[in-house]
Amino acid sequence: MTTGAPRLALHAIKRQYGPVIALHDATFSAWPGEVHALLGENGAGKSTLMKIAFGLEQPDAGTIRIDAAPVLLRSPRDAMLRGIGMVQQHFALVDAMTVAENVALGASGRLDLSRVTEQVRAISAASGLAVDPTSIIRDLPVGAQQRVEIIKALARQTRTLILDEPTAVLAPHEAAGLLAWTRRFADGGGTVVLIAHKLREVLNVADRVTVLRRGRTVLSAAAADVTETILADAMLGSGQRDVNGDHAVSRTRQAGSARMEDRVISTSNAAVRDHIGVERLHAATMAVHAGEIVGIAGVEGAGQHQLLRLLAGRLAPSSGSIHLPEAVGFVPEDRHRDAVVLDATLTENVALRLASTCRGVMPWNALRTQTQRLMTERDVRASSAVVPIRTLSGGNQQKLVLGRELAASPKALIVENPTRGLDIRATRDVHNALRAARDAGTAVVVYSSDLDEVLSLADRMLVVTDGIVREVARNRDSVGRAMLAATA
Amino acid sequence: MRTIVRSITEPLLAGVLSIGMLSLMLTLSGYPVTESLGALWRGAFGSWTILASGTLVRATPLLFAGLAVALAFRAGLLNIGAEGQLLMGASAATAVAITLPASLGIAGVLLALVAGVVAGGAWAAVAGVLRQRFGVLEVISTIMLNVVALNVTGLLVRGPLQEATRTFPQSAMIDAALRLPKLVPGTRLHAGVALAVVTALSLAWFLRATAPGFRLRMTGANPRAAASAGKIDVARVSLLTFIASGALAGLGGAVEVTGVTYALYENLSPGYGYTAIAVALLARLNPAAAIGSALVFGALEAGASAMQRDAQVPAGMVGVVEACVILMLVASEWVGARVRQGRSLNRGGTPRAPSGDTAILFASTDGPHPDGAHP
Repeated sequence: MTTGAPRLALHAIKRQYGPVIALHDATFSAWPGEVHALLGENGAGKSTLMKIAFGLEQPDAGTIRIDAAPVLLRSPRDAMLRGIGMVQQHFALVDAMTVAENVALGASGRLDLSRVTEQVRAISAASGLAVDPTSIIRDLPVGAQQRVEIIKALARQTRTLILDEPTAVLAPHEAAGLLAWTRRFADGGGTVVLIAHKLREVLNVADRVTVLRRGRTVLSAAAADVTETILADAMLGSGQRDVNGDHAVSRTRQAGSARMEDRVISTSNAAVRDHIGVERLHAATMAVHAGEIVGIAGVEGAGQHQLLRLLAGRLAPSSGSIHLPEAVGFVPEDRHRDAVVLDATLTENVALRLASTCRGVMPWNALRTQTQRLMTERDVRASSAVVPIRTLSGGNQQKLVLGRELAASPKALIVENPTRGLDIRATRDVHNALRAARDAGTAVVVYSSDLDEVLSLADRMLVVTDGIVREVARNRDSVGRAMLAATA
Repeated sequence: MRTIVRSITEPLLAGVLSIGMLSLMLTLSGYPVTESLGALWRGAFGSWTILASGTLVRATPLLFAGLAVALAFRAGLLNIGAEGQLLMGASAATAVAITLPASLGIAGVLLALVAGVVAGGAWAAVAGVLRQRFGVLEVISTIMLNVVALNVTGLLVRGPLQEATRTFPQSAMIDAALRLPKLVPGTRLHAGVALAVVTALSLAWFLRATAPGFRLRMTGANPRAAASAGKIDVARVSLLTFIASGALAGLGGAVEVTGVTYALYENLSPGYGYTAIAVALLARLNPAAAIGSALVFGALEAGASAMQRDAQVPAGMVGVVEACVILMLVASEWVGARVRQGRSLNRGGTPRAPSGDTAILFASTDGPHPDGAHP
């Protein structure tokens, strides 16, 4: 299969964002007739590399060739003209329009909707991607919306189709259907690039596999020649066996000897469904104890989002039960959306914690004093307690949020990507605050998409894969393998 | 302090701007500028009697409806239906006032006002429930309900509420004992004017000092954070605010019939509920500042009638000027936001929507989010 010129070849691609190097030296080639899986941990550079192939991002160095001819892809339009299509994780569909109208979007010339409708029907019949061209996007389930995205690409004569984690949003039987379709598309002479996390899934469908680690291509081989273990080793890197023992903080208790009375949060077969009724978390039974930091790891969309909100009391279980203490602090990852009111003052943002329980007149003077104290304790740099929180840097905002959530000495604290976007100093302050809370007896649960961060904080580790929560040994290798659902 | 200064300077600035633009338009249309502006001034501030009977009385329904709009906007609800809510309040108050025995006196007036509050709140609740249950945009539903309310009023004054001779499309006159008392004898200045000012100040205090006011503001500024970090029942706060907003407009209608017109007419409101949006925006949604901005618009409208009468300048010209002033204010807010955004982008900050009280005008309507639910 790998004879002749590759359909798509990316050579020595480099891409830097400010001080962060996303891609050092990434090389990738996919041939006609193949399903090619692109693997790597969170932040390894998979999506960036494929955005470059689709013209969404420009490389700082390196060459792109299509059918052996060097090309310059300045925009997705350039890429589409050359037969490259991409379905991103967040679909680019207009909710209120029909399938046919969405397919027609982006084309030029006169709009002939009946012709597009026929075209969609024809593509749907030929490809086996069942979609009714007259349906309104909003009424379609996620799997069907994804089929619309693919049909959109096929309508533009796409020969190379990039799918960014396509199965993350799908129920298992839908995922199987999609993967079977990619096989048929490739057998018909097309090329599919599958950005993926799940090793078993990948090995079942892919012809070739390329692995990125920290912005470099570390492995490229025929799928038949590799095993899950080889892939996991390539993704995680060798010599990354263990980070145990780097924080010899006095811990009173080992995970194994947990006593019942120390339990702060416990769940029993708790499941969570999302807004469209898909169960994202299956029958989780777990406990968090006083004075420990439980780290959570999981690839994007594995169910950790729901688990954290369940533990924080922000989502109710759809079945099973959960026992929560009265007060649970929660620091969600999207600070600007979920944690602060940007135009409100620091004091008002601190008062937000009491918003649902306060009666009558707000004790603003006391709240301002409390905020000033929090600012001192947490080293929040702001000119006063009554300026809008918008005027603060991200690190200072986060320290205030953390301070607010800890102010009532909650028995439990749930934090999600607590240092995303913060500088080194603020990151250190946040980490210290979490450890201090743990030492003071709070049950702390930390999730971060940066695995090294969770490992450096956690006393024990839980990994969420496909909505299943299980405890694994606290070392990078076991956690990394568990995340990929590979045998440790 | 800054808010107080701004709440005085901005209506003044708007007044000056309006006069400047009006002069320009008068010149272009060939009207005598000095004479026309003189008539406008005399119609608004010519004497204590004119100020009390014209400007202040005209400003009162504008203030009530302006407070209704400001309250809803503060909670992130685009209630454009103050006009309809005001008409329903006026209708209900009239129905009660012409039914009750005159012997009730001031208690009867209060009952009529309560009827107006209830009717206005109920009318707004329709849009509130439509939004909550079926996701109907309140901008659309409230505008449509305005049309319905106008026709309901028309129906009432030709049917069940029509005066005894069945000649005119208006209700019977409210008995003198069931009218709002006069504050200054010999003028049209009625107790409703004072009630409007007290309501505005109370509302300002409510928003600033109380827990429900705080919940309302946080819900308006960031409903997701209000729900997640504040555990506020956002749906409940929105519905209650919608009802309170309608109740304020309804009270304005009730005050208008019991204090000024003493009867229900189809064209009772010359668009108070729409000018109210301008009143609220000029006040930057601050209820206390709405007193000043209602005065500006009250004066302009009172003066416009005088200008039409004495200088034959169409009163509509003042309407054009009002609209231009609002556009300029909204545009200045937007430009300010863009400038701030540019600065924060240069500093490496995140891009953001315009902030400030009128940011609601630029914000996209956020639908309910899957994770928005909480137990």
